[in-house]
Amino acid sequence: MKKNRIWMGSALFAICLGTAVSGIAMGEDEGEWGDRKWSRQGYLREQGVAPVSDKRYASECGACHFAYPPGLLPARSWRRIMSDLDEHFGEDASLSRRTKKVLTRYLVHNAGDVRRDEVSRKLLRRLSAREAPLRITHLPYFRRKHGEIPSRMIAGNPRVRSLSNCQACHTQAARGVFEEETVRIPGYGRWHD
Amino acid sequence: MSRLIFAVMMLITTPSAWGSEAVVQPLLQQYRSEGASNFSAAHGRQIWTTTHVDRRSGKEISCASCHTSDLTRQGRHIRTGKLIEAMAPSRNPERLSDPDKIEKWFRRNCRSVLGRVCTSQEKGDLLMFIQSQ
Repeated sequence: MKKNRIWMGSALFAICLGTAVSGIAMGEDEGEWGDRKWSRQGYLREQGVAPVSDKRYASECGACHFAYPPGLLPARSWRRIMSDLDEHFGEDASLSRRTKKVLTRYLVHNAGDVRRDEVSRKLLRRLSAREAPLRITHLPYFRRKHGEIPSRMIAGNPRVRSLSNCQACHTQAARGVFEEETVRIPGYGRWHD
Repeated sequence: MSRLIFAVMMLITTPSAWGSEAVVQPLLQQYRSEGASNFSAAHGRQIWTTTHVDRRSGKEISCASCHTSDLTRQGRHIRTGKLIEAMAPSRNPERLSDPDKIEKWFRRNCRSVLGRVCTSQEKGDLLMFIQSQ
């Protein structure tokens, strides 16, 4: 009788353990774990945006500015930007034809209106299909979220300088996380809306 | 013994210079074939620090605006605020190690700062200046 109970207990334990392990395994892939969806790359699809995964894009574009995750703009915006690299916001950012083609493909295939991660959905909300903004900082949601920050903390802050310098304040930006709790403005610290 | 020390010192101090030498010399040769001559680091420094009016902001800008005039130090992009690693090969061995990269950045930055492409003479002078840092 006692022996039977031990066996039953062990079997129950094994079932629980198996369920827990498969839950974790699922969590690492695309699936649900608790109420949060984890993607293959390990970022929270429900809170973030897929981080940059293309090395070439990271080195070519990231030489001058934060390598913006493609999910921060719609495909039509990326096409517009990549078609005018000779005059890229007043600077020559020209690339060889081949490199330009490869990078455009990456950006368009991973654009905000294609992947629809949480940050993308928020950013592209209320943007008409005819609009193809060239700047993330001009998106309505972006403006609302950054509108109240005094300019002394950004333009007047030598360690920030520009709203386009995401990772200066968004400490987890490179991982695709832009949550308010992760914001630390250099010289000022945390920020609350 | 002193000869041995000398040899060891050479081995320690020269690899970065060798690296850029193998890349810079063929480029200088190419610029010579395009009519340039007598490349000078001093002229290169002058080009580096000479200011031009930026068509967009109206501000006076030069190479040093983003890269600073001390090439052993980190720079910062004047518009985006992004940190730029030191330009001096003595500090950053990746500099002047790739001819395609050199031409790419001459093409882009001469247009962005001077408002035109650089001449072969200017490029050679700039290479001499950067290499000497």
